[in-house]
Amino acid sequence: MRRLLPFGVLALAFLVSDAAQAARINELSDSTMLERATRFFTFQDPSLRNALSGSMLLGVCCGLMGAFLVVRKLALMGDALSHAVLPGVALGFLWNMTKDPVSIFIGATIAGLLGAGTVQLIRDTTRHKEDAALGFVLASFFGVGICLFTMIQNIPGGNKSGLDKFLFGQAAALSQGDVLLLASVTVLVIGAILVFYKEYALTSFDTGFARSLGMPVQFFHFSLILLLAFAIVASLQAVGVVLVSAMLVIPAAAAFLLTDRLGMMLLLSAVFGLCAGGMGAFFSFVGRNLPTGPFMVLAAAVVFVGALFFGPRHGIVSRLWRQRSRSVRIRRENTLKAIYHVIEDNEFRTETISVRELAERRRETLEDARRQLASVRRAGFVTISGDGVSFTPHGWQRACEIVRNHRLWELYLTHAAHIAADHVHEDAEAIEHVLGGETVRQLEKRLNYARRDPHGKLIPGVEDIRLGRVAKPSSRATGFGAERLH
Amino acid sequence: MKSTDNSSDPVPLEVHDLTVAYHKKPVLYGIDLSIPSGSIIGIIGPNGAGKSTFIKAVMGLLPVSSGWVKVFGKPYRENCHRVGYVPQRESVDWDFPVSVLDVVLMGRYGHLRLAQRPTRQDREIARECLEKVKMLPFANRQIGNLSGGQQQRVFLARALAQESDLYLMDEPFVGVDASTEAAIITLLRELQSRGKTLLVVHHDLASAKEYFDRLILLNMRLVAFGPTAEVFTTEILQTTYGGRLTILSDVAQTLRAES
Repeated sequence: MRRLLPFGVLALAFLVSDAAQAARINELSDSTMLERATRFFTFQDPSLRNALSGSMLLGVCCGLMGAFLVVRKLALMGDALSHAVLPGVALGFLWNMTKDPVSIFIGATIAGLLGAGTVQLIRDTTRHKEDAALGFVLASFFGVGICLFTMIQNIPGGNKSGLDKFLFGQAAALSQGDVLLLASVTVLVIGAILVFYKEYALTSFDTGFARSLGMPVQFFHFSLILLLAFAIVASLQAVGVVLVSAMLVIPAAAAFLLTDRLGMMLLLSAVFGLCAGGMGAFFSFVGRNLPTGPFMVLAAAVVFVGALFFGPRHGIVSRLWRQRSRSVRIRRENTLKAIYHVIEDNEFRTETISVRELAERRRETLEDARRQLASVRRAGFVTISGDGVSFTPHGWQRACEIVRNHRLWELYLTHAAHIAADHVHEDAEAIEHVLGGETVRQLEKRLNYARRDPHGKLIPGVEDIRLGRVAKPSSRATGFGAERLH
Repeated sequence: MKSTDNSSDPVPLEVHDLTVAYHKKPVLYGIDLSIPSGSIIGIIGPNGAGKSTFIKAVMGLLPVSSGWVKVFGKPYRENCHRVGYVPQRESVDWDFPVSVLDVVLMGRYGHLRLAQRPTRQDREIARECLEKVKMLPFANRQIGNLSGGQQQRVFLARALAQESDLYLMDEPFVGVDASTEAAIITLLRELQSRGKTLLVVHHDLASAKEYFDRLILLNMRLVAFGPTAEVFTTEILQTTYGGRLTILSDVAQTLRAES
């Protein structure tokens, strides 16, 4: 899955590289894409080193925070918070009319917390639920931010270059200071999670229980929001206000599809974020004039789609595959059962049957019967010599099990559920493929080890099958335990 | 199993004049109770009578308008490690990425300091508690892959892992199969025989009579509290369930309109 990722993004990079007009990562206008890729991997360029390390740090801290947002069902909170910081960025700039990382960081954090506080206030004091509150905060704070930015553009003086990068992000614009900021936020986030993992996990899962233990739930909730605000603000320069929420949600959402343990989800989410960040920086550098944010998000989205399709447990492809192999198994088992029935109809006198007998029994063409036989032979259940079909020991055992499941279930339905004997066949057809060993043993016990099904047919016994006592049909024997038949 | 001398140990739960309001709308009025130790007590009453509200207010999960609560003679916060809690099953997200064993391990968190990791011994206790509710084979499953009854057993195992003296359980019998219900009640009786006190919010009148030693009949106020034989009478049940308490809800409506 991951091998496909670079190709997808690369293809997109080619498509948009000439169209985009944003500032590029550095001034190497005459070099080819390949040269730039080589330059990227030699890490000579200090601005490149900043861009790459910054983007990857951003991926890690956003991935970790995002995992908590996703499991707390607060994914939209990331969106609202990231838009809410914009007026803070503008005010931080207005403080001394320069792009000073510290004042912008402080301004943006305050604005973010104000946004989060407003959401809580609306939710607690009005009839509105969280979604409406988030929608209101997101749009209104963002609106204020855009107004302030327009104002700043109209104010003469001051060093305004790079301020527009806060919208869509430009990793190349990351300074040493920005990277240090990202690094310290990442360390803070990792440290907080390592130290308070148990508390964060419990307060995310079951707030009421956490409070009943006397845990300071509010403190952990607030600290999580504060760390989230830090992560967002530190990431702004590289990925931009508009798309930072995607870096919070997408890697975490992909990780959620792949695992059902919080610890593993955090780890995967951080790794996905790291890769997406690295890819974003790479394509922004290699392609001409490309903003970083969209590429990071695209890379993360490719991971997400991969997880959606190929996740081992919940993936669409894996589910389809499981369904397919299940139906193949059921078809094979039905063929085994049909062969058994033919042998049974011959009163176990022969162990080899002809393809024709099978086809007649199943009321299908010889071609269909041959195709099915080929499938069960591949699974090692039968051997075919010319026109004769005979069970392997393994196949014989499996056939007995299926027949036994079917007949036991029919007997159980007629005895225990008092369903008429002519109504039970259909149900048993489905259940015979899924009955587990333990259930079958219980069924046998409840039915007093009965040997005959409602239609008077013989039921192969569980113990007999397990111990291999079910003799292979031969010209002499009557199948399993002839002595018990009389 | 501490062999505490009951005569010197204060009662497990004492509630005095407890009043609780949601958004200024009172849902519980002036509850006075003193719960004796070592009994299984059912909290019954109609929907909206404030049964869950009552146990949540006891634990301080809801703001209390007036009155006080004492657990073993001290405010709840000082004795919360002696209280086990089984929340309603719907109160959590069962898709949360966590295993059955990890959930039960959460019951040990009350015995750990902040930032302290569960020890090997805590894990052992969690396993034993899972064993008691016959869920050990499911220890590594994600909690969403369980049936309703199994989920309730997991919550119960978590409460067992708390090793508390007073248990507050919010509707543990809702949506569980008959065998789980039987298993739960056996477990509750075993806890009781070890001197624990259990408060169980319950909705089924028919089984209430059989399950509980004492009953708290609640309908926004305390209708009756006493041994089941004494309070499970037609008259008291009618007072509890018969119609809404019109005056109280009228007052609540007025208060809400004014605020």
